[in-house]
Amino acid sequence: MSNVLKVENVTMQFGGVIAVDNMNLEVNKGEIISLIGPNGAGKTTAFNVITGVYAPTNGAVYFNGKKIIENHPQGKMKKLYQGENSGKYNSVLAPTPDRITKMGIARTFQNIRLFKSQTVFENILIAKHLRRTSNLFTATFHLNGKEEAQMRAEAEELLKILGLEDVRDELATSLPYGKQRRLEIARAMATRPELLLLDEPAAGMNPQETDELTAFIARIRDEFGLTIFMIEHHMDLVMEISDRIYVLDFGKPIASGTPEEIQNNPRVIEAYLGGSVDE
Amino acid sequence: MTKKKATIINVSLIVALLVVLYVMEHVLPSTAMIFTVLEKGAIYALVAVSMNLLNGFTGLFSLGQAGFMLLGAYTYGILTIPVDQREFVYQYFDGGIVQFTVPVVVALIAAGAVAAVFAYLIGLPVLRLKSDYLAIATLGFAEIIRAVFQWDKLGPLTNGSNLLRSYPTYNSILFPFVVSGICIAIIVMLINSTYGRAFKAIRDDEIAAEAMGINLAHHKRMAFTISSFFAGVSGALLAMYQTTIQASMFRSAMTYEILLIVVIGGIGSVTGSCISSFLFIIFSEWILRFLDNDTYIGSFHVPLLRSGFRKVVFSVIIMIIVLFFRKGLMGTKEFSVQGICNFFTGKSRKRKTAKGGNSNE
Repeated sequence: MSNVLKVENVTMQFGGVIAVDNMNLEVNKGEIISLIGPNGAGKTTAFNVITGVYAPTNGAVYFNGKKIIENHPQGKMKKLYQGENSGKYNSVLAPTPDRITKMGIARTFQNIRLFKSQTVFENILIAKHLRRTSNLFTATFHLNGKEEAQMRAEAEELLKILGLEDVRDELATSLPYGKQRRLEIARAMATRPELLLLDEPAAGMNPQETDELTAFIARIRDEFGLTIFMIEHHMDLVMEISDRIYVLDFGKPIASGTPEEIQNNPRVIEAYLGGSVDE
Repeated sequence: MTKKKATIINVSLIVALLVVLYVMEHVLPSTAMIFTVLEKGAIYALVAVSMNLLNGFTGLFSLGQAGFMLLGAYTYGILTIPVDQREFVYQYFDGGIVQFTVPVVVALIAAGAVAAVFAYLIGLPVLRLKSDYLAIATLGFAEIIRAVFQWDKLGPLTNGSNLLRSYPTYNSILFPFVVSGICIAIIVMLINSTYGRAFKAIRDDEIAAEAMGINLAHHKRMAFTISSFFAGVSGALLAMYQTTIQASMFRSAMTYEILLIVVIGGIGSVTGSCISSFLFIIFSEWILRFLDNDTYIGSFHVPLLRSGFRKVVFSVIIMIIVLFFRKGLMGTKEFSVQGICNFFTGKSRKRKTAKGGNSNE
């Protein structure tokens, strides 16, 4: 199996705070991988590095075997950064988030970020913008009718597949919470990604909604041939659908393996699971 | 109602409007106040819509509109003053350095293009700023441009602080309406295109828009440049309307007037901007004129009424709107025939009116 995403020695340091410390991980094609860890462990920061929001202090990220992000300590960080591998990287590759999305990595957000003033359908349609071939002129004068029609058809189809058809013309913010989450995932999928990053997709959901989401994630992985990498706190969800799990604590990866291995790993239990899942 | 039917109704309304204007022009005396109001209203409608494209649809709070109008007005004037008139216009600068003229239509487009080029260059650094900072930077730019155009050393090009005049103007009220109409139609088509959707996405949530693959810098610059292009065109129209150009005309007060129009009309509504620009001009040029004049009722001198009091009233109006009617006349809705029909027939118009903009060119 080839790996879709490879994070290599990534460190993200904000001044004296090390949010992610020398992280290494691999996500293989078709897998569902979870990243877990206590609050403040640096999970979202790791996502932000992968999606180009932050340039890492040190390290590199590969997507489909191609290096997409690379950075090494510069400026003030040169003195501050003491980590290993500090001489290993020497070039800078820091694409903006939109370029990362174009390459085929889409994401959702921990706190839902929908386009508030627009309908469900329009939210999805916007995600079709990046695969456009029309330029400003042809789009303005509606000379791209064929492409426009195709964009709309694809968005409609996605709505149908993901079961959001009945709320097509509702304002995005008027949806119930679970559906907003689902819409966010649908919108990310409309960019036609290969790799989908989900940042706490089940946050704030009740058990029933979580069950639905579990089935939903497994289903889109199978139907769209996606690879899914997610941050999640709901242990039942994580243990049920993850192929492998990475555990992060204080920015450091402390364990990785299958759900069974993680459940029995003493370090993980000590750092995290002991308190939160047994209750 | 089908979309086709709505289009037919809209087109026939536009034709009817043009016919009415044409008839009015031939029946009423040309000095009638209504013409001033309509012409200036049409011109302000264009610049208000262009500002709305930026402030309302892309969420970039820019206050540089007067500066881009100035660029447009000067470009138009400089390119169209007849060669034999230049000696008189540029009397202190030996007839100036530009010694050719171009047709009016070309000059109008050039007016927009020059404003757009400046906007592009200014946008490179300035669009990295957000909200208030962007507003301050663009406002500063507009003031700088105004000062530069009055600079003596540029006299051979801009005639320094003297008037530009003698350039061709329009002789039918239809001209500003047609030009503004075409420009607004183009803006509406842009807003309804995939790029317009991207602009709205940026307005709603920049971070999410970027995560959806929308290049923020590129799209912001695009919106800024296009908006400035049409501000430039409207500047040229304003020059034609006023028959003379002077840099001191394009003060920041002008930008505030346009901002007032946009806010009254509803930030994010094209038709709102159009309607409110006519309302604003009617009130400021016509109905509320009396506020600026000393008035006596019998021998009683009405207090407060004196030159400049109109501005005070407008300030109060904008405060009231911002405090109590933040959505303006239209909010983000669009005025459309379809919307009105639905209103009267009592159909659900929850989404219909908001989407009505599609058929509203």
